[in-house]
Amino acid sequence: MAQLRMREALRDAMAEEMRADESVFVMGEDVAVFQGAFKVTEGLLDEFGERRVRDTPISENTIVGIGVGAAMNGLRPIVELMTVNFSLLALDQIVNHAAAIPYMFNGQARVPMVIRMPGGGGHQLGPTHSHSFEALFLQVPGLLVACPSTPADGKALLKAAIRDPNPVVFIEHESLYGTRGEVPDGDGEPLRFGEAAVRREGGDVTIVGVLKMAQVAERGAEQLASQHGVEVEVIDPRTLRPLDLDTILASVRKTNRAVIVEEGWPHGGVGANLATLITEQAFDYLDAPVQRVTGADVHMPYSKRLEQAAIPHEEHVVSAALATLQGAR
Amino acid sequence: MADLPDAATCYQLLARMALIRRFEEEAGRQYQRAKAGGFLHLAIGEEATIVGTTSVMREEDFLIGTYRTHGHAIARGTEPKRVMAELFGKVDGTSGGRGGSMHIFDAEKRFMGGYGIVGGNLPIAAGLALGSQYKGEDAVTVCMFGDGASNTGNFGETMNLAALWKLPIFFLVENNLYGMGTSVERHSAQTDLSKKAEGYGIAGTRIDGMDVVAVREGVAEGLRLAREEQRPTLLEAFTYRYRGHSAADPEVYREREEVEEWQGKDPIETFARRCVEAGVLGEREVQQVRDEAEETVKAAVEFAEASPEPPLETMYEALYARTEADGWYAVDERSPEPHRGEREDEIPAAARELAEAGAAYAGQEEDDPRRPNPALQGDVQEGVEERIEAPDRGKAEPPAAEETALNAQEDEA
Repeated sequence: MAQLRMREALRDAMAEEMRADESVFVMGEDVAVFQGAFKVTEGLLDEFGERRVRDTPISENTIVGIGVGAAMNGLRPIVELMTVNFSLLALDQIVNHAAAIPYMFNGQARVPMVIRMPGGGGHQLGPTHSHSFEALFLQVPGLLVACPSTPADGKALLKAAIRDPNPVVFIEHESLYGTRGEVPDGDGEPLRFGEAAVRREGGDVTIVGVLKMAQVAERGAEQLASQHGVEVEVIDPRTLRPLDLDTILASVRKTNRAVIVEEGWPHGGVGANLATLITEQAFDYLDAPVQRVTGADVHMPYSKRLEQAAIPHEEHVVSAALATLQGAR
Repeated sequence: MADLPDAATCYQLLARMALIRRFEEEAGRQYQRAKAGGFLHLAIGEEATIVGTTSVMREEDFLIGTYRTHGHAIARGTEPKRVMAELFGKVDGTSGGRGGSMHIFDAEKRFMGGYGIVGGNLPIAAGLALGSQYKGEDAVTVCMFGDGASNTGNFGETMNLAALWKLPIFFLVENNLYGMGTSVERHSAQTDLSKKAEGYGIAGTRIDGMDVVAVREGVAEGLRLAREEQRPTLLEAFTYRYRGHSAADPEVYREREEVEEWQGKDPIETFARRCVEAGVLGEREVQQVRDEAEETVKAAVEFAEASPEPPLETMYEALYARTEADGWYAVDERSPEPHRGEREDEIPAAARELAEAGAAYAGQEEDDPRRPNPALQGDVQEGVEERIEAPDRGKAEPPAAEETALNAQEDEA
């Protein structure tokens, strides 16, 4: 096992897949000479050359569209969008085309591509550079959505995404790029989509944490254990489509309580969706309403104080978990 | 004027154009019978641009177009009966009834679609071309789009990238003088569309899109430049659609005289006359072409009528290419018990009954002649909402007198 940063793990995933499959290539704004705005593609140009590591103009919709066409013509493009926010400029190609083409042409064309994009708050980048759009992409049939929280998952999920025959929106968190974690040595195995990770076992409350919030949920769980004697089961879904709902439901049936933690907006969020699914399918097992912890319902403010106040932290997780236990203890 | 090609080629060109014309007329008729739904965009008048283009393409070349592409698929070799079945929303349609008129596709013939978003096909075309270049293949991608698409951001972005990466791509703007109902003069500051990509390093030329021979020459040169010199170019073909933008177009934006003037340049009549006068084809062959088109289209309608409706349990098919990943791909919430959409074949009886109940609303159109349908007159804006709210078209208001006259005229065409 090696200690790798998330960005290194992601780079290794791309490099390994590119070595194994000539049809895999990377394109995006500043991915080659500049080595990536967040240095995720560092070293790829040197190893694979300009044919397979392509700098593009700032033309998000067309970059993604070129990926769609190239995928339809047998290649496996990895398109990097510099941030999640810029994906809005490419939403037509992502939703109306990449996601729709396999269905609207009845399977005659497939779009095996990965659209990587980092997002999330915490760097004082303000309203246009701090979005969390997991829910937005989760809503679109035809897309797969991955949101890894550890370097090992980042590498294994990205390898799986590259090999998958469907278009994958691969959401990375800017704050996680520098975090270190154990990553298996050598050419790692891809991780199946649709398999959640149980990060911590416990019988009192189920907490589902999405992307960076999986780590916040774990820290919250530590506090709940040490300060409140509450044993939390922490689940990191790792992919939102396909979703390992079975693991989440099994946990809720055991704990009878659920909290969902995400960084995105509350209305129509990942938590709103999961809470509905849990209520529909495990209502009889619930001893308390499902609680959500989300980002504030505002555009991310620049002020460090306001920004940190708008992002969920472990205290929010603790408070929500205790709320599900009110009257029970 | 460019020389006529040999007799066999002339016959082929005339036959393809006549087939598309007859197909489109019949599609319009079937739309009025409510056999085809949604929006219907006919290419009547634009046949020379379509057939001239495909007639000089190689089998391995890709063609990608717009939402007005029944004819493009047919010109590429797709069986007309499969296009008609798609308009009917049947399983034997080119997209199994999932795409409809705006989303015709035939991978085998390298007709890469039919796209409902104006300009949405341009980046995809560049991607197809990049694929060929990357793999070291000879194929050229032909990207056709309308004058309206030249105003989209995709136009500029794609032209820039195509030139920058020297992609094997050829752009053809089918300038039929109107972006829906807005004339070129009113939608584009630069009305010479062939010049619109010059700043991106893409040279353009203009041709008479009503002259199939001129189109062939222009496209052949564009294909050669793309294939041999890695030089993407833009060809502007002047053409004209004799029908409205869609079947629901009252055509308030253009004068009857203008339509008649262009009808005088009918690409099929003009070419047939020229072939006969030059002694390349006889009157008998011209008639034979028409008879064959008539028969093919008649058979296409019969085929589409007979083709089954898509079974309800195929609702989720083709949405995902399934792998061993075992999570929930799609959630079906059409019944009190939510279930995994991709496992539609396992749906419980109650959910199936509800799906059947929903599908039963489709039957209400059957005995209700569609045309004219006031709900569709607003095309995109009001049309969609009203149609959703009023699935029962029996309540449609009676047609205004002039609309009836126009429809009668179209029926005779």
